[in-house]
Amino acid sequence: MKRRDLLARTAIGFGGLLVYNVGSRNFVAGETTPTVSAGFRFFSSQEAAVIEAACDRIFPADDSGPGAREARVVVYIDRQLHGPFGNDRYRYTKEPFVDSVPEHGYQGKATPRDVYREGIQVLGSDFHTLDSAVQDERLRNIENTYFFRMLRTHTIQGMFSDPLHGGNSNMVGWQLVGYPGPLMSYRDQVFKTSVEPFRQKPVSLEQVIGSPVKGWEDE
Amino acid sequence: VPKRNMGKMERLKQVDVVIVGGGWTGLLMAKEIVTRTSLSVLVLERGGSAADASGYAAQMDELDYNVRLRGMQNLADETVTHRHSIRDQAAPMRQYGSFQAGGGVGGSGEHWTGVATRFLPDQFVLQTHLREKFAPAKLPEGLAVQDWGFTYDELEPYYCRAEQMMGVCGKSGNLRGKLIEGGNIHEGSRSQDYPLPAHPTTYVPGLFQKAALELGYHPYPIPSATLSQSYRNPDGISRGACFYCGYCSRHGCMVGAKAQPSTLLMPLLVERKNFHLRTGCWVRRVLTHDGKAEGVSFVDASGNEFVQPADIVILASWTINNVRLLLSSKVGHPYDPVTGTGTLGKNLTHQVGQSAELLFDKSLNGFMGSGGLGVAIGDVAGDAPASDFAAGVIRGGTIQTMTSGEGPLASFGKMPAGEVKTNWGSEWKKASLRWYDKSATITSRDMHLAYRHNFMDLDPTYSDRYGDPLLRLTLDWTDQERRQAAMLGKIELSIAKAMGAKSFRLTESVGAHYSSTMYQGTHIQGGAITGSSRQDSVVNTWLQHWDVSNLWVVGGSSFPQNECTPTLTIISMTYRAADALVEKYVKRPGALA
Repeated sequence: MKRRDLLARTAIGFGGLLVYNVGSRNFVAGETTPTVSAGFRFFSSQEAAVIEAACDRIFPADDSGPGAREARVVVYIDRQLHGPFGNDRYRYTKEPFVDSVPEHGYQGKATPRDVYREGIQVLGSDFHTLDSAVQDERLRNIENTYFFRMLRTHTIQGMFSDPLHGGNSNMVGWQLVGYPGPLMSYRDQVFKTSVEPFRQKPVSLEQVIGSPVKGWEDE
Repeated sequence: VPKRNMGKMERLKQVDVVIVGGGWTGLLMAKEIVTRTSLSVLVLERGGSAADASGYAAQMDELDYNVRLRGMQNLADETVTHRHSIRDQAAPMRQYGSFQAGGGVGGSGEHWTGVATRFLPDQFVLQTHLREKFAPAKLPEGLAVQDWGFTYDELEPYYCRAEQMMGVCGKSGNLRGKLIEGGNIHEGSRSQDYPLPAHPTTYVPGLFQKAALELGYHPYPIPSATLSQSYRNPDGISRGACFYCGYCSRHGCMVGAKAQPSTLLMPLLVERKNFHLRTGCWVRRVLTHDGKAEGVSFVDASGNEFVQPADIVILASWTINNVRLLLSSKVGHPYDPVTGTGTLGKNLTHQVGQSAELLFDKSLNGFMGSGGLGVAIGDVAGDAPASDFAAGVIRGGTIQTMTSGEGPLASFGKMPAGEVKTNWGSEWKKASLRWYDKSATITSRDMHLAYRHNFMDLDPTYSDRYGDPLLRLTLDWTDQERRQAAMLGKIELSIAKAMGAKSFRLTESVGAHYSSTMYQGTHIQGGAITGSSRQDSVVNTWLQHWDVSNLWVVGGSSFPQNECTPTLTIISMTYRAADALVEKYVKRPGALA
């Protein structure tokens, strides 16, 4: 099989053996990836372990490819919470905080940092040590909470945002779906009358423009 | 918070013209004035400078710009509040939702999608048109649509100027009265063809085009302000063609193909000695005395407050801020929805929309594309067809599909309804991967009629960073909008079916009530509307304030009601206002109407 075909078909799955480049190693479904031990900016190492385990149940590694652990989603979330998003620097936070109709969205005072701290309490400090079936049950119990919806959204963001934000490590998320990264031109492809999936090896924004890019979380 | 003590504010040197806001309208007014007169012009922009092309390349990041909305105004400083009716308590829009206002020089003109359509001729005389066509009893209660005070024919030459300035790409459907198949045959007659040909058609819009033709509609390429080929405009600005990278909406263009104030207006302005721009300057009040504007007061980036005297004041700071400044400065007569008296704040409109999601059995490369790259039908854009009118629908909308470029954060997880039981875990992940990059969207851009009960005033509770009251929107949908969306949704589903989609369903709609969380489009209009009489409008048709003749209020705030996708109309009206100011007012100051 040609490399191009391999990449073109990643989204479909090959049943059993999938080869993704994670770090310098190949990823094989079922193989465990060591827990992230990076220096965290916001989480304690225990909080990070809980969040990492929860994200991994939301987006697990399986025979369709790697998941949140491999993409280092927890690093992404940690940086977002440490940055301006985490303390609502760009949200309107003047009082009074009132309950309102659903059409007005989240009206609470709690920042994303507060929401996570409380969510981790609810999940339990032992969450990462539990069997996956027990973990799933605990997550199902909070499925409709603001915290869970945020955690799920952030897990997807950590899988598929540019690696400059700390997740999508080695672009495993982009390889998984076949997204080529922020390429500057599709002039030669966009008007083709029959669509051939365009699935080339992804490149990151820093690779595309050839210089470092600072995410908002680093400002 | 600076103290509001006018006596202690430093009084700056008088300028001829001060313009509040450095977006499309403010910079276009500035450009027309400084290139055609010797008047000195100062633009006060509260955001920062615009990025250049390489700066925009470094912003090709879906998370920061599409999700976190890094290019938008900071809501922590100022937002709006919203309530559904005067009986309700308003709540602030705490995070971005139904609209997203661009920050900095160029404003929303930097991050817009680039769809550049004209309004229909009957839009400008909508009150007269509806009265002539329909019995009053057939029209909804509280309908407040008005005529604009000028006609499509009067605006038409300015539409041409706006299209030529931006290099709009399209196919004419009505050229000097001659209908042309393949263009929008329902559009008003245009005196000049589009400056550039339409972009070629991409795959999904091609399916839409074929299906629409089969169903008897008249599909046409969406007019786009992103170049299909290189172009030099009448001002001498040259730009290259689009690369179809897909980073258009919520992004500035990294090759300059999309029309933006930073590329089309700033280069002409910076070389003029009579032009000055100050960023980081937040205007708090228009200062008036004896029916004349004397200037504005503003806070600069370091928190110092100044008085800027000027002979002419132009508000060009988008609908929300234009209306808020007028209300805060006590200029004009605030609208009272109970008595129907007053004009300032009335006729608030947004837009109506109904989307359908389609899933195909193959990958579509949905991450490629360009803002307005797509196909539309205008067959139900104006008056609703007779059978729908009988069912209570007055006006319709434009139905379209676009390949604008959608990144993985937006597209991951789209799948047919009922595919999985939960939206997380292995089963969901596999289904998401199976359906990844197979989705397309049909949307509608629909007219939003004006009603007596939809209006703006100052919020009594919430304030901005300087303690000034926020603008309060009182806005809700009526049965009219819900029926309108249902009519359009039905057509969307019939087209989706004919396109051969494997699965399709209606998704976002107007719903039971207006939601400040669901993105509708950054098209908020009204509040300082244009008209032919001071009794029912805030500005005359030259966008000059009825009561204060040296004050001009330009932008979407002047729309009596909205037909959707307002940018081209806003720019055309700005050209028309600038002509009046330069050719009439400057020669003989005073009320022009």
